[in-house]
Amino acid sequence: MTDWRPATAREALAARASLLAQVRAFFAERNVLEVETPCLARHGVTDLHIQCIEVPGYGFLQSSPEYHMKRLLAAGSGAIWQISRVFRHGEAGQRHNPEFSLLEWYRPGFSLDQLINECVALLSPLLKPVAVTRHHFRDVFHQHTELDPLTASASELTQRAQQNGAPDGLDKPALVDWLMATVVEPALAKDQLVIIDDFPGWAAALARKHQDHDGEWVAQRFEIYFGGYELANGYHELTDANEQAARFEQDRQLRQQHGQRDMTADPHLLAALQHGLPDCSGVAMGLDRVLMAQLGFGDIRELLAFPTERA
Amino acid sequence: MANYSTNDFKPGLKVMLDGDPCAILENEYVKPGKGQAFNRVRLRNLKNGKVWERTFRSGDTLEGADVVDQEMQFLYSDGEFWHFMHPTSFEQLAASEAAVADSAKWLKEEDNCQVTLWNGVPLVVYPPNFVELEIIEADPGVKGDTAGTGGKPAKLATGAVVRVPLFVQTGEIVKVDTRSGEYVGRVKE
Repeated sequence: MTDWRPATAREALAARASLLAQVRAFFAERNVLEVETPCLARHGVTDLHIQCIEVPGYGFLQSSPEYHMKRLLAAGSGAIWQISRVFRHGEAGQRHNPEFSLLEWYRPGFSLDQLINECVALLSPLLKPVAVTRHHFRDVFHQHTELDPLTASASELTQRAQQNGAPDGLDKPALVDWLMATVVEPALAKDQLVIIDDFPGWAAALARKHQDHDGEWVAQRFEIYFGGYELANGYHELTDANEQAARFEQDRQLRQQHGQRDMTADPHLLAALQHGLPDCSGVAMGLDRVLMAQLGFGDIRELLAFPTERA
Repeated sequence: MANYSTNDFKPGLKVMLDGDPCAILENEYVKPGKGQAFNRVRLRNLKNGKVWERTFRSGDTLEGADVVDQEMQFLYSDGEFWHFMHPTSFEQLAASEAAVADSAKWLKEEDNCQVTLWNGVPLVVYPPNFVELEIIEADPGVKGDTAGTGGKPAKLATGAVVRVPLFVQTGEIVKVDTRSGEYVGRVKE
């Protein structure tokens, strides 16, 4: 028989409704403008590790509202936020559903620290962490693997990764990703908000880079973990149109090397950056993950009314 | 056969890995932040039953394995091969000793067995869950014992040895669970 019933209990529906109301109140109080941007647009993203879902004749389901929101910012919107449904091909598992709810907001004039403080202000009453801790990516990686992700050789990283069953043929960024996912993340304190910043330069995406205390180039990017998994990812946003165009071009070359389909860099975003994006920080937070953490659910498929298998 | 990507790795899918046909048991998706995603996969090697754990980069592919499970009737053994017949096409296939392996001791002529075929050739033969076989050899029981506390070994017509209660005698037919190898009961003729 066709299983038509929702996968989750009414309790989880009520918790989601309450979370949405709390988020809305949080931003209303701070005078951040709620906006809506398209889920379906002509261009997707060039990111090597994000595969957009194509809708023939229209373009792509959006993997994040980032590009449209930056166009609003460039046009002078001021601080904006929204909750949007976003889509990522192939991302399905305990903590992933190909369609999910992303809370994303941008703060002109905010430093990364100010934005991190705002994230903590939003999350603390929801999750009641026993502490908030902050680490640089290099330090937390070294603490759990005994290797420096930036200066360790590929063979050292390979040796360490293969102790944990990593597949063959991984390049340095993929080895670091593997160790992050299988060694570091599971070791993070589950009852604290753990903030990790200064990601490796190769993982900057749309964030600015700066030199850390050792003179290594790192991304002005942070992630927030709770319960052993990532809830949010934020950037001090890159505003340099030429550098952004060069990174998109580099992405396309990587896609080609990895045998992935070519993706055109979104010319609207690049034109908006050319016009001028105000200095700002922005963050994307997975609301389904926040709910999982609130309710203590181990599997996103128990949280969604209709996970992809039933949708 | 078609190629399958990690996105298609659902439990039960049959794929080729290191030259052996395998069945996917579990597929767990792992992705750190915005980086490279991986799939941790548990597979059963259908040749030897061993469970393998492998990790793939998401999007990697494996060739599908032409593996089907087919109910077939056991006809006879010629000592080298065990011969089975398809119930509708009446096609006959020969299974090797490696394919029959430990199942051989339960195979009674005309019983229906599940046969896993790989590229049309029997790969694994599973006996029926329950078989009814005649005891051809057993020590005489102790008089008065009906509880069957300790039991005794009994040799069955197919060669299997099972523990039966003391009161069960040579020439009787017994029902056995082939998954556990345990005696279930006597079968009244």
